[in-house]
Amino acid sequence: MKITRTRSLPVGRVAALATVGILLAGALAACSGSTPTASSSANADQIAAALQQKSTITYWSWTPQAKDQVAAFEAQYPNVTVNLVNAGTGNDEYTKLQNAIKAGSGAPDVAQIEYYAMPQFELSKSLTDLSSYGFSSLQSSYSPSTWTAVTGGSAIYALPQDSGPMALFYNKAIFDQYGLTVPTTWDEYIADAAKLHAADPTKYITNDAGDAGLTTSLIWQAGGKPYVSSGNSVTVNLQDAGSKKYADMWNQLVEPGLVSSTPSWSDAWWKSLSDGSIASLVTGAWMPGNLETGALGSAGNWRVAPLPTYDGTAATAQNGGGGQAVLAQSKNQLVAAGFLQWLNSGPGVSVFLKGGGFPSTTAQLNDPTFLADAPTYFGGQLINKVLLDASNSVVPGWQYLPFQTYANSVFSDTVGQSYANKSDLNKGLAAWQESSVSYGAQQGFAVNK
Amino acid sequence: MSSLQLSSPPVMRRTKRQWTGWMFVLPFLLVFALVLVAPVIYAVYLSLFRDQLVGGNAFVGFANYVEALTDPNFWDSLGRVVLFLVVQVPIMLLIALAAALALDSARLHAASFFRIAIFLPYAVPAVVAVLMWGFIYGTQFGLVGSFDKFFGIAFDPLAPNVVLAAIGNINTWEFTGYNMLLFYAALRVISGDLYEAAELDGARAFQVIRSIKLPALRPAIVIAVIFSIIGSFQLFNEPNILKSLAPNSISTFFTPNMYAYNLSFAGQQYNYSATIAIIMGVLTAVIAYIVQLRGSRKEL
Repeated sequence: MKITRTRSLPVGRVAALATVGILLAGALAACSGSTPTASSSANADQIAAALQQKSTITYWSWTPQAKDQVAAFEAQYPNVTVNLVNAGTGNDEYTKLQNAIKAGSGAPDVAQIEYYAMPQFELSKSLTDLSSYGFSSLQSSYSPSTWTAVTGGSAIYALPQDSGPMALFYNKAIFDQYGLTVPTTWDEYIADAAKLHAADPTKYITNDAGDAGLTTSLIWQAGGKPYVSSGNSVTVNLQDAGSKKYADMWNQLVEPGLVSSTPSWSDAWWKSLSDGSIASLVTGAWMPGNLETGALGSAGNWRVAPLPTYDGTAATAQNGGGGQAVLAQSKNQLVAAGFLQWLNSGPGVSVFLKGGGFPSTTAQLNDPTFLADAPTYFGGQLINKVLLDASNSVVPGWQYLPFQTYANSVFSDTVGQSYANKSDLNKGLAAWQESSVSYGAQQGFAVNK
Repeated sequence: MSSLQLSSPPVMRRTKRQWTGWMFVLPFLLVFALVLVAPVIYAVYLSLFRDQLVGGNAFVGFANYVEALTDPNFWDSLGRVVLFLVVQVPIMLLIALAAALALDSARLHAASFFRIAIFLPYAVPAVVAVLMWGFIYGTQFGLVGSFDKFFGIAFDPLAPNVVLAAIGNINTWEFTGYNMLLFYAALRVISGDLYEAAELDGARAFQVIRSIKLPALRPAIVIAVIFSIIGSFQLFNEPNILKSLAPNSISTFFTPNMYAYNLSFAGQQYNYSATIAIIMGVLTAVIAYIVQLRGSRKEL
């Protein structure tokens, strides 16, 4: 799923998609030209000086906190004007970004990009390598998995903004009512699922209509490394030990129909979360704010627990989350870099937190006031402590494909068919691998060679 | 407009050329060239190249066309819209025809109310209509959900094997009124003399329909069929919007247009996408032309 931290508005998204409209050759006319590459290098003093000059930059983001952040930035640097544009959520924005990059102009100076989509933009050399601005020294201030997600070798392509270590969000009222124990292992989770659905066939432990982001994250948690890429060489193996381990476990939920097939972020989904017919969610740490605004009917009932594991020892993965990058096309690299640093490593972070974001910076993650937050929606539970533990137990070494956005787009054609037929996910994963391999080969990668 | 200079004998003095006519069509020609001819030429140009993430752009001749014609996804999507065409279009046109004849029969009370009521769905923007139907089709909180609960069944209109019929239902609802209006307009221009003559000859209502109204409707039917063929081949909005409600029932290559769209915007395969678009454009034009030739002959 492409939405991470904001509550999605299906109507708006769909309408936006529809206005993009049917493929017109005319729309393609804008897609030619080449991408300029940046080769400047500068230090902190030059950035600071540039921020005092009169200038204007454009920033694409769909985070709900962006507006306040931009206002705070402009207050601090009155000479810099930041044009904030919401160019769509997730894939909608990447499509526009990709088109602007192809066209050779029209891209923003700074853009929000989720971690899974970053390799695609790195590969086309569309992002400025921030190591030339001395950003390498910022490494220690970010959680390791988010830093890995924005870097490639010595190059730094973005600064992390938020992160989504996965946890189990569950409806305590439903769990109590049906005598379910909060699971620590997946076996217990499956047992809960069966018990709940047997007791009331309209209730499900969770929903999963087939979601590429969830699947890759759960494979990540199971220790799978289905994607390995370096340069133009890519390996795809969605039947490695970890992927199989995940599929064999999740099959026990999908095949007997123990998970609801309601698609996430749909209207029916919000209603099900509100009335308790979906009793838990396996999702990222950015979820609390969404629940608080989207599932009002079950306020006070939700709790957060560590993600169930295979053997009971803590292990989790990232789900969603992203950062901001400076586009190579930007004509105002210094100001853009300065804005980015302010946004994700300077005062911008606290504005982000105030807006309910889940940070990627270790200082904020460990800040006592952050950890003392006890929202009434979660019955006064210190949820950030649970989420911080999750952040610290992310399995290291995960990589996405350099064309993950494409791979995710054909997930429903392949793995989705296993969901539709309630059949073995391994078969779907094999088909997904096949699609990814043939696309990769067509795009000139050396795949599985 | 080089064709103008083709026939100009150099020696003979000719009457002065009349440019007035050209001046009148010039604004149209400019716009036509800009928004139709140029993009098509550009799409053809694009379809001859292949731009890869690794390796860049290269001329590949007709390789994209060869690939498209052997691409099971493309044939799958084409087969689906053809099935849609041969099932949904006749149903929709028959309903529209029946409605138009009923309105024209002058035996209906509140005819203008029915006319506007049948036409109204066409005035609802397609996106809104599909969202609305999406809610109706919901098995949990929608109308279908209540229906299922009442009868104790588990019918899901968005399940993979029936989703095409569900889309056909939306399209029929949307476009019956439009076609009805086409037919109704054609019926209204039939001269009253014919009806009087028929009455004098003692023709019954069904004879009037068969011998007067249907022949008079022929051009309108041909037009409606051609529009419907084009509409079916361009099916996009309905499946693309319903996809978010039923991601596993509607593939990324559900219809040729969706396939082209996803190739272009999810896979950045602009060249291949342009190829699919060109092939579909040619196919649609050919089929529409055949229907027109066939329809303008004396007997159908």
